[in-house]
Amino acid sequence: MIELSGVNKWYGDFHVLKDINLNVGRGEIVVVAGPSGSGKSTLIRCINRLEEYQEGVIKVKGVEVNADVKNLREIRSNVAMVFQHFNLFPHLSILDNLTLAPEWVYNKPKKEAIETAMHFLNRVNIAEQADKYPNQLSGGQQQRVAIARALCKSPDIMLFDEPTSALDPEMIGEVLDVMISLAEEGKTMVTVTHEMGFARKVADRVIFMDEGQIIEENDPETFFNHPESDRLKLFLEQILDH
Amino acid sequence: MAVYEILPTKVPPLGERGVIAWVRHNLLSSPFNIFFTLLGIAVLAMLIPPFVQWALLDADFFGSSKSDCTGDGACWVFIAEKLKMFIYGFYPEGELWRANLTIALAVGTVALLQFTRGQKLKIAAIVLLPIVATFLLSGGVFGLAHVETHQWGGLLLTLVIATVGIVLSFPIGVLLALGRQSRLPIIKTLSVFYIELIRGVPLITVLFMASVVLPLFFPEGIDFDKLVRALIGITLFQAAYIAENIRGGLQAIPTGQYEAADALGLGYWQKMRLVILPQAIKVAIPNLVGSFISLFKDTSLVMIIGLFDLLAMVQLTANDRDWLGLETEGYVFVAFIFWIFTFSMSFFSKRLEKKLDTNNRD
Repeated sequence: MIELSGVNKWYGDFHVLKDINLNVGRGEIVVVAGPSGSGKSTLIRCINRLEEYQEGVIKVKGVEVNADVKNLREIRSNVAMVFQHFNLFPHLSILDNLTLAPEWVYNKPKKEAIETAMHFLNRVNIAEQADKYPNQLSGGQQQRVAIARALCKSPDIMLFDEPTSALDPEMIGEVLDVMISLAEEGKTMVTVTHEMGFARKVADRVIFMDEGQIIEENDPETFFNHPESDRLKLFLEQILDH
Repeated sequence: MAVYEILPTKVPPLGERGVIAWVRHNLLSSPFNIFFTLLGIAVLAMLIPPFVQWALLDADFFGSSKSDCTGDGACWVFIAEKLKMFIYGFYPEGELWRANLTIALAVGTVALLQFTRGQKLKIAAIVLLPIVATFLLSGGVFGLAHVETHQWGGLLLTLVIATVGIVLSFPIGVLLALGRQSRLPIIKTLSVFYIELIRGVPLITVLFMASVVLPLFFPEGIDFDKLVRALIGITLFQAAYIAENIRGGLQAIPTGQYEAADALGLGYWQKMRLVILPQAIKVAIPNLVGSFISLFKDTSLVMIIGLFDLLAMVQLTANDRDWLGLETEGYVFVAFIFWIFTFSMSFFSKRLEKKLDTNNRD
């Protein structure tokens, strides 16, 4: 589904991504972990071209991610993204947030768009809030709406960029529950997160990044219980010991 | 270890409630504040009674000539007698219904914008109003007698200039603001150049250019209407300011909004129209209305290129030999009219802001 080969990216002189090679198969759940500034968010933002890369090739379902508008349209219709800060549109009601893409990007009739939207709002247990505005909801509710909004595109691939990092602790669970149920359904997911419990539970593969490189890549069992590199050992000690 | 009961909520103490609290916190909170409260009361006491005396108590309201004004106060007879001039300028007597109908249509449109929810209806009304108004006022078609624009004047002219200026400069301003943010260097440079050039020049200069210099570029024999030239000048001038207001709004929109729209697959124009501009314009409303209000007042500058707007009418009518020396009444009246319109605009904008505020709606 997603192939990255030899991807390099710079911000000015700063080398953010170094020689990234990664393949994600259909239905695979990949979790990307690492200290802040390690380039993990940048990495997944390159997949739907919110960031450009300078060297190497990224392909999504065989289509190359580049400046070509037609490619970009196809990729963005296959890939949906959930952000750390939800990024719901505050001037639109919850329902309008969800119907925006189906109506304008996929030209669906309004009625059908609303049906889809309500279906996914039910899916994330928040249908009763459809007529409210984003700022009237709690962080956890907003993030669940954001997930529903992403699902309304019926994407093949879901990208999660630290979906729980901006949430109050008591709201993390409700968002992770939704993500776990998506994973169990077999969605292809690439998730940047610090929630190691989530990684252990659903990930097929966990990737550890540091200083713009992939340092270690393994199944969760080996990743957490038998880390090889010293940097991963240190990282795991820091986040798991408390 | 202990467990505590949940306490009932209580009302605040008397001094923290209602009028008493408001007066304490806002008028008498510090010695400095007390001083200014007293100063304010003194100034008002000095200014208001003499004005009321002049404008109401000693004033003359009824009559038909200057000799009917016998009191020491204002001579409102003058305003009443010249009211048609103030409102319509030299618009032909028999055709006044056309001016009235136009104003009624404009008021109707504003009401429509306030009270309907249909987007298409609103856009249709905004597009149709200027077209219908042009035909109605200038005539020459559908059996309506042609009324040349130099006959338009007074409040009618002020409203025409302000409305056209606002309605046309807005979309141009939005495009300029987007152009200034464009990633394409040529579009960006042109937009910045235009905005900075126009903002560096006084409106009077732009009006002179439009009125005197512009015709030099047209081949001989083609005579552009003076009012049209003034409208073009004002619109182009105002667009630069609107662009900067909108840019201010655009800068307030977090990058996350752009990213979310991109990630959903919206194209550039969809992203701007559906996600970014509605939020940016909302943020920019106070500044936009500020610009619109200055435009409304600046319309009086068209006097210098020989158009007789509301303000110019004061000079004109006060030079009437039968009514000499009544400028004060004229200016007070015109100031009051200007105030009614600008205050309505502020009021309208506050309402709009409240209506669009989705942040803390219960």
